[in-house]
Amino acid sequence: MINKIVQKLADAMAGIKDGSTVLLGGFGAVGQPNQLLDALTEQGAKHLTVVANNAGTGRKGLAGLMAAGRVDKIICSFPRSAGSVVFEELQAAGKLELELVAQGTLAERIRAGGAGIPAFFTATAYGTYIGEGKEVREYDGRKYILERAIKADVALVEAWQADRWGNLRYRTSGRNFNPVMATAADLTIVQTQHIVELGELGPDDIHTPSIYVDRVIHIPYGDPPMAQPMD
Amino acid sequence: MTATTAAAAKSQGANNVRGWGRKEMAARLAQDIPEGWYVNLGIGIPLAVGDYIPADREVVLQSENGIVGMGPLQTRANLDTWIVNAGKQNVTLMKGAAMVSHSDSFAMIRGGHLDLCVLGSFEVAANGDFANWTTSLKSVPAVGGAMDLAVGAQRIWLIMEHTAKDGKPRLLEKCTMPLTAPSVVKRVYTNLAVVDITARGFELVEMNPEITFEALQERTGAKLHKKG
Repeated sequence: MINKIVQKLADAMAGIKDGSTVLLGGFGAVGQPNQLLDALTEQGAKHLTVVANNAGTGRKGLAGLMAAGRVDKIICSFPRSAGSVVFEELQAAGKLELELVAQGTLAERIRAGGAGIPAFFTATAYGTYIGEGKEVREYDGRKYILERAIKADVALVEAWQADRWGNLRYRTSGRNFNPVMATAADLTIVQTQHIVELGELGPDDIHTPSIYVDRVIHIPYGDPPMAQPMD
Repeated sequence: MTATTAAAAKSQGANNVRGWGRKEMAARLAQDIPEGWYVNLGIGIPLAVGDYIPADREVVLQSENGIVGMGPLQTRANLDTWIVNAGKQNVTLMKGAAMVSHSDSFAMIRGGHLDLCVLGSFEVAANGDFANWTTSLKSVPAVGGAMDLAVGAQRIWLIMEHTAKDGKPRLLEKCTMPLTAPSVVKRVYTNLAVVDITARGFELVEMNPEITFEALQERTGAKLHKKG
């Protein structure tokens, strides 16, 4: 019987090595695998390269991992946002390498990595600072730059529902980068709000098929915080 | 030119003309979006454009974090903190909305499926170059989805102040700040005018009634052509 569900966070993190490249799902406060990130901090792997849209906010989750000195490099599109204090401190101290990537190019580099495509051409960032030094090619009168795929050792993902095979379903904006991250790592670890029986997720309703998933842990933490003040 | 407008033009040289407010700019732009378009509205003033699309006109708003069919901001009455837009605000979904992943969202953006993207900007040049992601490369910038939207949408319209706080033009011969994309902007909505970008450069579509053509030209860093 296939059962990818693990009971303890320590088991979910087992075997993650120093020097790993780690993909993270999440956008804003939604769909962030925060408890897995706290567990990775606990696990102790060092010299990590993290690939995520943002560079962490506050002091927990990704920011906690960075504050513990575990991250050497971050590949992301929006490092600076309200509350990205740890990122800014590490940058100022010269302790963190940043590779800035346009958001769509970031998603596509990972998609390509998961789909076995080593590189691709995109018009995004041609003629800009981010495109400087990259190979340029013209197709049908338009200029494109060459971007390399990203493949990783580990992906940390947050889902709404999962079964024991590791089929996943996300909730609205909780989807974000999670499905693409799940495809491009040797070891994909999922925290899920709900565990469902095998067969409960219909074949047309599964967002990430189980083939991409290695471990699942049940973390029912509740709803994300309110994003803006409301009357 | 009448004596009154000549006097107005002269005084405008020294005094600041406020022109349209941000809401009026957003409302003016919204008039020009036809029914059936799929539109991405950038963070900030562009997002306000959504509030001024007439209720009887169906326009589908895309948000690059994966919403096709974004509605207005949530209230406590319809709170669901799982739904956020690209600006990380809790928004509603329209009837008919679809949610997709970031990779699918940027595939539709890069693939040219958006009819329009409205963005804010620091600078725009007469050849359609624009600079909206960072004022300088000295500090660590964030880029987000601006560069993808800039090259992917069928049209880029900017909504921005005509001049900087110190009065310097933001519509220029050549951008001074790091570019978001070269040669993509089709139209600019400012507090003082609506300007098309054509093979000739800046072409005036409409002017705020508070300003004269001469005063507008004075506040524009490149030649402003009259239509026709």
